[in-house]
Amino acid sequence: MDPVSFWATPLGWTLITVGQVLLITVGVLIAVAFLLLADRKVWAGVQMRKGPNVVGPFGLLQSFADMIKFVLKEVVIPAGADKAVFIIAPIITVILAFMAWAVIPFAPGWVVSDLNVGILYIFAVSSLGVYGIIMGGWASNSKYPFLGSLRSAAQMVSYEVSLGLIIINVILLAGTMNLSAIVDSQKGMFWNWYGFGGGADTWPLVVILFPMSIIFFISALAETNRPPFDLPEAESELVAGYQVEYSSTPYLLFMMGEYVNIVFMSAMISLLFFGGWNPGVPQAWMDGLPAWIAYTIYLLTFMIKTVFWFVCISMVKAFVPRYRYDQLMRLGWKIFLPTSLVAVVIVSAWRVFVVGS
Amino acid sequence: MLQGIAFYLLAAVATVSGLLVVTARNPVHSVLWLILAFFSSAGLFVLLGAEFLAMLLVVVYVGAVAVLFLFVVMMLDVDFLKLREGYARYLPLGAIIAAVLLVEMIIVSVAVVQGGAAAGLPAPGAPDASVTNVEAIGRVLYTDYVYFFQAAGIVLLIAMIGAITLTLRHKPNIKRQNPGDQVNRDRRKSVEIKPAATGEGVSAEELL
Repeated sequence: MDPVSFWATPLGWTLITVGQVLLITVGVLIAVAFLLLADRKVWAGVQMRKGPNVVGPFGLLQSFADMIKFVLKEVVIPAGADKAVFIIAPIITVILAFMAWAVIPFAPGWVVSDLNVGILYIFAVSSLGVYGIIMGGWASNSKYPFLGSLRSAAQMVSYEVSLGLIIINVILLAGTMNLSAIVDSQKGMFWNWYGFGGGADTWPLVVILFPMSIIFFISALAETNRPPFDLPEAESELVAGYQVEYSSTPYLLFMMGEYVNIVFMSAMISLLFFGGWNPGVPQAWMDGLPAWIAYTIYLLTFMIKTVFWFVCISMVKAFVPRYRYDQLMRLGWKIFLPTSLVAVVIVSAWRVFVVGS
Repeated sequence: MLQGIAFYLLAAVATVSGLLVVTARNPVHSVLWLILAFFSSAGLFVLLGAEFLAMLLVVVYVGAVAVLFLFVVMMLDVDFLKLREGYARYLPLGAIIAAVLLVEMIIVSVAVVQGGAAAGLPAPGAPDASVTNVEAIGRVLYTDYVYFFQAAGIVLLIAMIGAITLTLRHKPNIKRQNPGDQVNRDRRKSVEIKPAATGEGVSAEELL
């Protein structure tokens, strides 16, 4: 049997997919370990502190030390807790956080599953993410976690609406829900990126699409329960919200899921609005390069954009005070939802009457 | 082969979790099993090649409707002993409803096998293989069935307006924040400079 046909057999396909999944999981985990440190360093920098700087050079190994510490501690399960749900909740959070990465294209063709409904898949998986938090809060059988999980349920359902409507703008312009195709349609100079109008036919839409990318960024903060929208775990009111009763590895899983989601949202902003792996500069000189150099450039471009948005998210954490609950709901339902609805109407009108089919 | 494994796995999970929805003692567990049943049926949709419907099932039912279910059920203070009390009393009624459902499902499956009333009509399907799922649905939904689509939209709109009017209450003595006013507030509106003679100051009554 020659090797080409082996990879086409069910066994070969399973092996290759498991390999890709492992590669992405490990890659994302290592990236998250260092981004978590970067998050703490940025936060410390804004507050004129040094941040973690003891474990390893510049504190680079801090996240690994934290992980070992969490894993070695004892798992405390409250007596009144619903044991099964209590343990399942953080596992669900972390699994769903990693599931979404299956459709993220890292470079041309570098994607585990090139779904035609990639964006809907992401939307479905991120809407499931709320279950980890609700289940954790309910199963703890304690007041603060329960309040935290109720807040989180309302918050995530509200901001999903505006996230979805903003994504519809991009889908309308790209004409596809396949993420690789969406990134591919932003090829060329940076003004082809949807955040900057999306190219020759639709450049005046920059007045709508750039604000939409900002609203997407803010909604992503709310969707990932990041400050200033970290009401589910508001430490000044709810101690730590849904995580109060969690300790050791289950807590680690919650934190890991949260950070994987944040990195994922940064990746989504760069894919949908800022060109993904497209460098946004003339690319003709890259044609002569060997494939592996070209792909490294694509991968690095994507990573730099993702890290840029991650740093933005962590700076917001340091700058902005926490929203009150009614302010959060007002922002979501009374400002973002109507704004993004109007944007969908204008973008689709432009698509039909100016660009044509 | 992989499809076969996936089908039997998903079907088994869906059936078992469906059974556990009705047998679970704790209503919150019931809702959680219901969510698993939804999720596995979405997987079955994917196996049928209807990935768009599968994703919509997850987004709408699992992501939004079931969250609100869970929300309500978690808030309920259910007395489980009381809930079990009427079991024998309601058993005949439940059995009748189950029997009616079973008969109807048998009739439907027979009709599906035989082709039913629509046997002579061509089955709506993808125009050709290159057209994606989403496009195929969009083509019929916004052309042949556009009036039904609009009518369904209006029905949902009416339901939404009804829900809002039923729950909207304006309480009279409540303080509300108006962010526009707060942002537009400036020095002239909020600060007043009162003349005060040096060495004497002003008394509280004068300030009013």
